[in-house]
Order: sequence, then C-alpha cells, then structure tokens
Amino acid sequence: MAATAAPGGAPAADGAPGDGVPYAVELRGITKRFPGVVANRDIELRVRRGEVHAIVGENGAGKSTLMKTLYGMHRPDEGTILLDGRETTLRSPADAIAAGIGMVHQHFMLADNFTVLENIVLGSEPTRRGRLDRAEARRRILDISDRYALNLDPDVLVEDLGVGDRQRVEIAKVLYRGATTLILDEPTAVLVPQEVDELFGNLAELKREGLTVMFISHKLDEVRKVADSITVIRRGTTVGTADPKTTTARQLAELMVGSELPSPETRTSTVREAAVLQLDGVTVAALTGRPAVDDVALTVREGEVVGIAGVEGNGQAELVEAIMGLRALTAGSIAFAGQDVSGWSTRARREGGIGFIPEDRHRQGMLLEAPLWENRILGHQTRPPAVKGPFIDRRSARADTERIMSEYDVRAPGPDTLAHALSGGNQQKLIIGREMSAAPKLLIAAHPTRGVDVGAQSAIWELLKDARAEGLGILLISADLDELIGLSDTLHVMLRGRLVATLDPASLTPEELGGHMTGAHDGSVGAA
Amino acid sequence: MTALRRLGTSLAAPALAVVVALVITTLVIVLIGQNPLTALQVLVDFGDTPAQQTQAIVVILNRAVPLFLAGLAVSVAFRMGLFNIGVEGQYRMATVVAAGVGAAVVLPGPLHVLLIMVVAMAVGALWAGIVAVLKVTRGVSEVISSIMLNFIALGTASFLLTGPLRGSPEGASIITTERLPASAQFPALNGLFGALGLAQPRGQLFGFLLVAVVVGIVVSVLLKRTRFGFDLRATGLSPSAATASGIDARRMVVKTMLISGAIAGLIGLPDLLGRTYSFGTEFTAGLGFLGIAVALLGRNSPLGIAFAALLFAFLDRAAVPLQFADIPASVVTIIQGTIVLSVVIANEVSRQVTKRRAGRQSGQATPPAADATGPAGTRIDARQEAGA
Repeated sequence: MAATAAPGGAPAADGAPGDGVPYAVELRGITKRFPGVVANRDIELRVRRGEVHAIVGENGAGKSTLMKTLYGMHRPDEGTILLDGRETTLRSPADAIAAGIGMVHQHFMLADNFTVLENIVLGSEPTRRGRLDRAEARRRILDISDRYALNLDPDVLVEDLGVGDRQRVEIAKVLYRGATTLILDEPTAVLVPQEVDELFGNLAELKREGLTVMFISHKLDEVRKVADSITVIRRGTTVGTADPKTTTARQLAELMVGSELPSPETRTSTVREAAVLQLDGVTVAALTGRPAVDDVALTVREGEVVGIAGVEGNGQAELVEAIMGLRALTAGSIAFAGQDVSGWSTRARREGGIGFIPEDRHRQGMLLEAPLWENRILGHQTRPPAVKGPFIDRRSARADTERIMSEYDVRAPGPDTLAHALSGGNQQKLIIGREMSAAPKLLIAAHPTRGVDVGAQSAIWELLKDARAEGLGILLISADLDELIGLSDTLHVMLRGRLVATLDPASLTPEELGGHMTGAHDGSVGAA
Repeated sequence: MTALRRLGTSLAAPALAVVVALVITTLVIVLIGQNPLTALQVLVDFGDTPAQQTQAIVVILNRAVPLFLAGLAVSVAFRMGLFNIGVEGQYRMATVVAAGVGAAVVLPGPLHVLLIMVVAMAVGALWAGIVAVLKVTRGVSEVISSIMLNFIALGTASFLLTGPLRGSPEGASIITTERLPASAQFPALNGLFGALGLAQPRGQLFGFLLVAVVVGIVVSVLLKRTRFGFDLRATGLSPSAATASGIDARRMVVKTMLISGAIAGLIGLPDLLGRTYSFGTEFTAGLGFLGIAVALLGRNSPLGIAFAALLFAFLDRAAVPLQFADIPASVVTIIQGTIVLSVVIANEVSRQVTKRRAGRQSGQATPPAADATGPAGTRIDARQEAGA
C-alpha cells in the first residue's frame, strides 16, 4: 500500500519540507473538544505551497471541525497552527482572511438579487468619495477572472446563475480578499459531473498561479483525480497521508474506515420455506394516469432478502407505503405471515412484526426536534420497553436507547440529545437499531444506506446479513446496484409500476441490471 | 445540569419578551404625555389595607383561572400542530347551554355542579368536533372553520339567550339566563385566607381554581407521560413520521380537538358558577382569543401557561386603577399585545439557540454538515473484521 501509516517520516522539526521552503499550512497536535466529545485529536497536517491537498474522511470524522479551526471559527484547545512557517493564532475568520486563508463553503453564501460584482465586493468594497467604486471593482474582478480562468460576468444577477457559476463567484470572492490558501468544503457535493470537471480545471489554474488549495471530500475517485497529496482523517485524528498516484480508491477507503472493507455479498443461502410476505396483484392508484404500482406479485420468505431494483420513481416508494399501510390498495392483497393484512392499520402491521426503514429518514423516520429516546419509541410506542400500560416508560426507554447506542455504534452524547444533532449515518443506525430491537419477522428496508458514509454502510450491511441469517425476511429497495446484487437472494426489477424481470443476483453484473432497469432488456423478460 | 440549563433557556425567552414589552409600553406612555413611573406604581400597588391587598390577589386569581383554562385548551391543539382559533366560540356555546341546563334541573349540590361541568365540556367538545370532522373528511383548514364557527357560536348563543333560555324579565336592560339555584353554585375558597392568617377580602375566591389546577395536572400528565400524549406530540413534530410510525393522524385530529374543546367548555364556568350565576349579555368575552396569547407566552406547557395567565391577570387588574390615575386602561392591552409579539420572536430566537447548543454538544456547529465524532469504541472495526 502506498499510504504511509502516519506523517512523521519527513523532516518536521523546522516546519519545512526537504527543500527548505516552509509549508503553507502546518498543523501540529491540534485537539478540539466539545462537551462530551473530542472532535479533533492530535491532528498533524502539512500542506505545501502550490499544491492541491485533499482531506478525506467519513462523515463525522472531524473534517469540518478541523477546517473551522483553520478558518478561525473556533480556537483549538491544544496544538499550534503554522502558516508559512510562522506560528499563528486565528481568533476569527477575519484573522484567517488577513492571514491569506479563504473558505468556500459547501452552502453558498450569496445574495441572489445582487450582481456578481456586488456579491464579490460585499464587505470589502472599494470606495471613492464614500461611494462604491464600480469601475475599480470591475477592473479587479475581471483581472481575477482572467488570471484564474473563472469566466465571470460581473453584471449578471446571481439568481440567474447555475450552481457551477455560483461556486466560481464564491471562489472569486475569496481571491478578491487576497487569499493564497483556499479551503473548499465538499465543493463537488452540489455539482453535476460536467461541472465537477470545470471546477477541477479551475483548481488547476489556481495551482498554476501558485495558490494552495485544501479540498475536503469523501468522494475518493475525485480526490485521486485532483489532489497532489492526501491526508486521511479517521475518528477525529489524522491516520495517514497517501499519494493519489499510487493509491487505489479501495486502499483509501480502507484507510478511512480503519480496516478492510467488507463487500455487501452474502453467498450461503439462509432461505427457509415459510413465506413472511406475499403480495398478490397489488395495485396502487396514482394521482393521474396509469397506476403507480401495477399488479405486483412477490414473495419474501424467512431468511430471504428480496431486492427491488429500479430507476427511482417507478413505483418503489408507493409499493413500500402500500405494504406499510400508508397507502390504500385499489386491487390485490398483502399477506403477512399467512394472514391477510390488507385491511390492517399501519400500527397493527408494525405490532404484528413488520419493521420499517423509510427511504427519507427525516420525513418518515425521525422526530428531529425530539430527543433520541423519544425517537427510540417512535413506531414502537405500544410495546415494552416504551410503555407501561397507557403511560410512557421513560426510564426503560432511555435505558434501551443507551443499549441501542452502544450495540449499533450510534455516536451521540446521550439519549437526551436531540436527533438533528446526529450525523445522517448515526441517525440511520439508530433507526435500524430500533427496528431490529422489536424482533421483526419482516423488514422493509428502503435505501438503508442512502446518505451514510462508508463505515456506517458496511455496519448496516452486516446488521442486515446477521438478521437474515436469523430468519428475518427483508424486502430491500435500493438505488445502489452493488448493494442490491450483493445482499439479495432474489432480485426483481420494477419499471413503470410493474415487476418486469426476476433475476438471479449470483450471476448478474451491475451493467446487466442497469439494462433491465431502463427497460432495454424488456424483450428478455422470462422467469417469474 | 443540562435540565437546569434547559430550564434557563426556556425561561429566558418569555422574560426577555416581558422586558421588551415593558420598554415599548414605557415609550408609548411617554408619547401620550403621561408618567410611566405612575403607571408602574399603579401596576404594583395592591392597596393600603390588608383586606384591599387580599382583594387584589383574589381579583388576579379569579381572572387567571379562566385565562389558564383558555390557554390550556389552545395549547393542547397547538402541541399537535392544530390551531384552534375557535376556543372563543366553544366556550360561549358551552357556557350558555350549561347555564340553561343548570337552571332547568334540580339536583343535590355536588351532582348539580358536576352536571353543569359535564354539559359544558360536552358542548365545547361538540363545537370543536365540527372543526375536526370538517378537517378530517373534507380537508377544511381548522383555522378557517374555527374562525367561522366563532361567528356562528356568537350568533347562536345570542339567539339562545334571547329566545329559549331567556330568564330575565321582559324589558330588562341586561338579558340573562335564569339564575342558577344555590345547589349549582361552586363554593368559594375564602376559608383559605383565614387558614393562612390573612385578612378576608371583599370578594370571593373562585372555588373553580381547584378544578383548574386538577385539569392542568391531568393535561400535563396526559401530554408528557402517556402514549396518547406521545402520539399527539409526535404528530405535531412531524405528521409524516407520525403516520409512518403507525399513528392514525385523522383519529388524532378528532381526539385532540375534542379534548381541546372540552377544556374550552370549562372556561366560562368559574364566572358562571362563582360570581354571575347566569349567562348574559354582559358575560366576560374574549377569553378564547386571550387564551391563544397565554398559550404562546406559556410555550404550550401547563406550568408556563399558569404563569402566563397570572401575568395577564396581574396586568388586567390594573385596568381600572390606571384610569383613576388618568392613564388609559388600554395601556394594559398594549403591554399584553407587545408581550405576545415579542414572545413569538423570543421563542424563535431561543429555539435557534437550543438548536445550536444541541449541535455543539455533539461537536458540530451547523446542523446540516454533520460532523459528530463520538467517543465510540472500535465497534465498526470489530464488525468489519468479522465480515471481511
């Protein structure tokens, strides 16, 4: 592996790389604590002048905390920051800007009804006799635009710009203030692939002009494409540096999560005879036109994972809601563990043993403004440990929340923390923990790893595999083809509300599956 | 520690709102050319003799009881995201019918009072139930329908008062229902002053205070400690998540409106059973709307609402003495109005602060960019090694 275990091999004592030029940015032993949590611990980071330096890590690894330290948004509890070899104290973003550090936030901070020029100069306007000197501003902006090939038109309103253009305005804003080191926080998260390429072009220009770019991301392929060097952060500390030219994305990912990555694959079949879910002719009306779900029949057995593949919007969401009793059937029947549950309420279905991981956890899975223990009992408020008769059993609910937090590695200060303080992966692990705690017979898992990072993803896969081995039937809806192929025992393809193909995941490539999903293989629909 | 801090945050907002309201009112009083200090003096001057002082306390408590009930009625609906603007109509209908029924039957004491309470709660619930049914079956916004039903309630109450339930003689200047018999009158709590060694006030302290306290405790337990209360709050926080968790949202709307309406039905009873003994054209109006303000100020928690009701009652008491000091009584209304306005703003500010603090606790400053590093062990690693 090309990644070294830890930075430290290089001559570090004088804060300079071998060639004698000091590092543009050097962090030594940075530690930042928040109540109950150490967000950053002994961070070591060295960024050479004129390079694109990527900082990668899972969601929640502490990247943003680190960048906020560097941008003066808070002060570290321990450690020193060296800029160009000089020890520096950053008390506020203004200090950071004065020291030549600029930050391009993930969420743009632009006034829509201002022009590009007005947005760029906002806060540091050139003035002449007390009035905004537009000519001077325009001259400087066009100069920046030309020098770094940003292609800006100073007179367009920002509201008329696309996302990529807005990002360039943000970059220009930072350059206008004289930044020589730019921090880009997940800059590609909001861009489409073509815009990503343009951004990388801009970064190359910046680098050519001698500026330093720090690039935060967890998209490993992009990082390898654009970065000159990479620092990996795991659980709040830097765990190593890597050379993007000789490191594979997989090696980087392993460095990020701290061990070899598991694959979603499950090969030994645990499928049993008894069916837990049988859909027969299930049809759900749409607001207009053809039914959202059209005559769907499928069976999920104990210990079986049945996957549903499909381009989003082909009726998967409606099918899930129909199974959970959130949407009425116009025809067909749903049998759960041998009983017809078509007329049952959602609560009756949940009490009967159907677990539910909704696709949009904020909309259907959590009360964001409620504490974790209340989220623990959401959907289970009719059963122990949530209740004692008609009363909520707060003590047991809290205790059980703590159990879930430790068993499912939900990282949060405690059961009284509000749900929105958790990262997406931790929220998802709490949801999965709570659904599993009710010992369901059937689990409806809609996009169980959507929006969670690599570490949480593999943990969730393991949980699903373990549950399957113990006889849980799982209906898996996902847009992640590797996940579908890897986890499923049977795989159906859903297209325009119908199941158009049943495939064997053991001998299927993502490319073939993709073909079925778009209807390219419609002619070859065979097995039922 | 955290509980204390949370309490601090939740008290800070209303306290700030009251201060802002006082500043604005001071400005208003200065603008109309009066001395704000005089007004302040009047506000806190409860009289010279012990009897006058206890009387002031009685006036405040007697005013606070219906305000508290009104605030509770509004807050129950608020907690699940329903705006019951119709409390005004609900209590007017409930009071006129209860007054009519109470005067028409003969029963021994406690039973008579109980019957009147049950009738009032039933009528209030029924009137609120119309709103719920319209919302559940026809999708009518409860704000619109409850406002409209307020007008219908006022009209209907007038009709009942002047028609079938009229008790006052023909040609009397104040039209009332028939006076309730002695068995239907709620005993006063004046014995309390004697027991505490205080001077006997001129007026009577509403015995209904005890009912209000019980209702407050019941509502508090219901909301915080029961499954039903959890369902209700969950629906208020996120209707979609509540539905997905198995809560029947339509049934919750109906149940919540019935409870809200039943509490609203009680609002008129302290006055009816403790002072006027009949419903009439002069009967206290506007309590339903004040209830919205009280619920806002009390942040929808029963304890908070109790404090808010006391504050409003304290201000209301000064309305008459202020006029003696040549200051318009509407100063009180101005204070109340600005308190409500500033409390809405202060609540939002404190919500943001709590949110940010919650975010910081898990090591992140902005909610969307989740960056929480837990002190967690090596759980993931262990799992992955097992799986790899």
